[in-house]
Amino acid sequence: MSDPTVLIVDDEPAIRRLLRTTLASQAWRVLEAGTGHAAQHIIKDTPPDIVLLDLGLPDMDGIDVLRLIRQQHATLPVVILSVRDDERGKVSALEAGADDYVTKPFSMAELIARLRNALRHALQQEGTQPLFISGDLRIDLVHRQIVCRNVEIRLSPREWDILRMLVHHAGKVLTHKMIMNELWGATADVQQLRVYIRQIRQKIESDPERPIHILTETGVGYRLTKQV
Amino acid sequence: MTDARVDRPDPDALLRQGTSREEGRQRGRLKIFLGAAPGVGKTFEMLTTAHQLHREGHDVVIGVVETHGRRETLALLDGLEQASLRSVDYRGQTLGEMDLEALLLRRADIVLVDELAHTNAPGSRHPKRWMDVDDLLDAGINVLTTVNIQHLESLNDIVASITRIRVRETVPDRVLNRADEVELIDLTPNDLLQRMRDGKIYAEQTAGRAMLHYFSPGNLTALRELALRQTAQQVDAQLVDHMKANAIVGPWAAGERIMVCLTLQDRDASLLRYGKRLADRLHAPWIVLHVETNRDLTDAARARMAAQMHLAQTLGAETVTIPGQDVALDALAYARARNVTQLISAHPSGRGWGGRLRQWLGRATTERLVQWADDFPVHIVPPSSGEGATAGQPGHRRAVRFGAYVSSTLIVAGALGIALMLRRGFDVGNVSLAFLTGILGVAVAYGLGPSLWASILGMLCVNFFFLPPLYTLTIAAPDNVVALFFFFATALIASNLGARVRNQAVVARHRADVTQSLYHFSRTITGIIKLDDLLWSVCHQIAVLLECRVALMLPEGDMLSVRASYNAGQRIGADDLAAAEWAWKHNRTAGRGSDTLPGVRWLFTPLRTGRGPIALIGLDTERDGAILDSEQQRLLDALGEQAASAIESILLAQDLDKARLEAETDRLRGALLTSISHDLRTPLASILGAASSLDGYDETLDAVARKELLVTIREEAERLNRFVTNLLDMTRLEAGALHPRRERVDVGEVVASALARASALLVDHPVETRFGADLPMPFLDDVLLEQALFNILDNAGKYTPAGTPISIAVTVDHDRLVLQIKDTGPGLPISAPDLVFSKFTRLISADRARPGTGLGLAIARGFIETMGGTITARNRREQSGAEFVISFPIGGGQRV
Repeated sequence: MSDPTVLIVDDEPAIRRLLRTTLASQAWRVLEAGTGHAAQHIIKDTPPDIVLLDLGLPDMDGIDVLRLIRQQHATLPVVILSVRDDERGKVSALEAGADDYVTKPFSMAELIARLRNALRHALQQEGTQPLFISGDLRIDLVHRQIVCRNVEIRLSPREWDILRMLVHHAGKVLTHKMIMNELWGATADVQQLRVYIRQIRQKIESDPERPIHILTETGVGYRLTKQV
Repeated sequence: MTDARVDRPDPDALLRQGTSREEGRQRGRLKIFLGAAPGVGKTFEMLTTAHQLHREGHDVVIGVVETHGRRETLALLDGLEQASLRSVDYRGQTLGEMDLEALLLRRADIVLVDELAHTNAPGSRHPKRWMDVDDLLDAGINVLTTVNIQHLESLNDIVASITRIRVRETVPDRVLNRADEVELIDLTPNDLLQRMRDGKIYAEQTAGRAMLHYFSPGNLTALRELALRQTAQQVDAQLVDHMKANAIVGPWAAGERIMVCLTLQDRDASLLRYGKRLADRLHAPWIVLHVETNRDLTDAARARMAAQMHLAQTLGAETVTIPGQDVALDALAYARARNVTQLISAHPSGRGWGGRLRQWLGRATTERLVQWADDFPVHIVPPSSGEGATAGQPGHRRAVRFGAYVSSTLIVAGALGIALMLRRGFDVGNVSLAFLTGILGVAVAYGLGPSLWASILGMLCVNFFFLPPLYTLTIAAPDNVVALFFFFATALIASNLGARVRNQAVVARHRADVTQSLYHFSRTITGIIKLDDLLWSVCHQIAVLLECRVALMLPEGDMLSVRASYNAGQRIGADDLAAAEWAWKHNRTAGRGSDTLPGVRWLFTPLRTGRGPIALIGLDTERDGAILDSEQQRLLDALGEQAASAIESILLAQDLDKARLEAETDRLRGALLTSISHDLRTPLASILGAASSLDGYDETLDAVARKELLVTIREEAERLNRFVTNLLDMTRLEAGALHPRRERVDVGEVVASALARASALLVDHPVETRFGADLPMPFLDDVLLEQALFNILDNAGKYTPAGTPISIAVTVDHDRLVLQIKDTGPGLPISAPDLVFSKFTRLISADRARPGTGLGLAIARGFIETMGGTITARNRREQSGAEFVISFPIGGGQRV
């Protein structure tokens, strides 16, 4: 795989310089845009492998930029740069098709991990890995088998549905609504979801009060992380 | 004694001069052209003066001038600016009235206003033109005006007696007295009559009638003398003031004080006008006294007395009403208390047969006054023949009392029945006692008149039924004549005594009612701390006591706004608001039934304290006509005084609170600045320092040093980030911009994510969590809860020594979810554990080593309370350390 190309869409020159320097040192090829319109032009002329999109742009709403990208490129991975306290913005970005988000101020290591993760997902889009292994947890989607600390675990059908969805999007945040719409339909209650998550954690986490597999993104949703 | 007085200026006179000079600067100057009769050339003279002023460069405007079609006058209008008139439709006629509003806006130097005594058309701001002039003067506009001597209030009677024509349009004397200049326009009667005959005064057709009635040489001479005398008096008064103010010795009538005793029988104004003239002649203050007895308690009597008192005030008297029983004695007592030197009372004769009877019996007030006033000169003023007879409404009173006479008759008839029974059945000789008992009962129940009636009836009955020869009104035996006489005498005395007891009881009950309501009012309003509650309570109380609608207005900025109202069904319209604003600006009563804007629906009176007007009270009633009688007016005055001082004390307290709050805010602002500058600069200094080291000494730094600098930059930047986060959170909290998005939240899950976020800060502390099984999910905002928990954990990490454990427990207590966060640090200050939640509080404030603004816990509490929860801090009992307890209502959340 050749060096991936990332398009950085942010109106702050300081942020762009930081990202450009750091990403270039990590063998990324970097394109830059300071406005939503410039971003659209670049995507049209030289399509990047991934887009890092700031939600606060001077000329248009970041979510609108995202929607325009999605109209043209259904699978182009987009990672959102967002600020704290904007949980609503994150949720709507995710639901509009963003692959992930990073909250400013961010650590560079976290940002690069998110970018790589999103890129990997895009490549795997067609055939999902049938086997998810993270630390002491091993989930086999094909055989519907879960082994935790060498003990096989039984889940109720609904619990299995939720876990399978998280595994499908491992490393990505799924909003409450995304999970509920998929499994229950639009009328579902978030309390039900929380109860199922609690039950799944009881079964797969070694300390359910300090979970390490299914993490809570407060105000947004859940993320299944892959322990190395 | 005399020496002491020689050099010292009279303070009153100085004050008067001072105010007239002071007012001269703010108030406009008033010049009056005074004439003895129409046609002497006042308007002509005024216009001539105006032309002269205009030539001198003054801005002169004609407000209103009545030319009466006189050619000479018309010619003089040329060359002067004439303000347009306001046309008023009145009973199908279009009248031209002076446009006061336009003139006030125009703000000329000098305005000409003809015929000061003119009565304005209904619907005008003031009923009288002289009030309009008052407004112009108040606005600092100089006024030239004209008036005839016949229009002067105190001379009204005299002029009427000279000319046989009573003038209805009068001007209060004080208007003339306050004029800066009075110019007498004098014309000899012969010249005037000549002008008259030349048709220079009235057009031909009206001349004959006017001549006949008014312009006789005798009349004109008398009027001229009056005008001359009045002007001389005016000059005299100014001279006296000047002399007094400059301590010039003169023959002063020292300390004269005049009192007019007004009784219900005084139905015309002659008494008051006499008082005014006497007071003016003596340069003495004068008082008009009304001793109120139970007879004044009818509406008609009250209205009449109120009108008289109002007139007295217009004439410049001090008006006083005192409650009493015996008018003469109470009046004399009051006169002695006020050092009155001369008394004025009405002539007792000529008020129907009742008055004559009283006079004959020596019961008339004036008779008694003369009898007891051995230390006062008493002036007795005869009634004027003109209007007096029609002013009262005896028919109305008789109608009211008719029932009482019928009842008295029935009681006497009952007594007769009993007497007949006694004589037939028991053969009792002296049956007159039965009648006396009945008469006493009538006296107590209905007062003097009916009991006198009963006495006469009783006497006739005794004579007719019981004294031989029976069933005739003749008496045979002389001893029976004597018996009958004594019976009648006893009956009269009993009537009198009984009636007096009744009067006292009625007056006492009335007074007690008033006192009781005042007491109740004051007790109700004194305990109130909040202004709005007080205003409402005042409205409510006054509305109940006076049976009317009430609105209270307070100034807000430079606008008046209704702050409380009770039962205010009829809205306060634009007209009413104009009246309210006028009342507020001039600190006088305005609106319905008053002198200013009487046509509007509401009546507005300012509530005053020693510091000036503080609020405006508006009144309105269902029924039309006057809102308050004089009794209610006095009650309102008393209530208003109490309300005003209560409102003032609350306003003062509010001012004090505001000042305190401002001081506190200033202190906080100071603390914030210190705190922010410290907390922003310290990490920035570290970051800048480390970055510049890396930049400048890159080659000389070894790997370890470089790493250290980089770690410094990262950690300090993170600290800065937390601080900015806190500042933003605090700003959102204080700006009220926090809108929690509440849903069912798994508190355990939020605790876990808060711990994950705080893990870097808590690396040195083992954290133990303990959640109850199947915790319910309260209705919360998970983002706010996570931040609150993060702040508490951050705080615990900061204030506890490394290695000490932190524990978090989540349990259910009844219907609340309880989070306990315990540390094992040094604990909180015992005296005030809650202080930790105040902004900018650091436990060891001098300790700059501990980073943070002291905002974290304040934010935590703000967030938790926003979500309907509570947070408390205390020291742990079993060991040292602090314990934070957060609790939320589960709020119908089902257990799962």
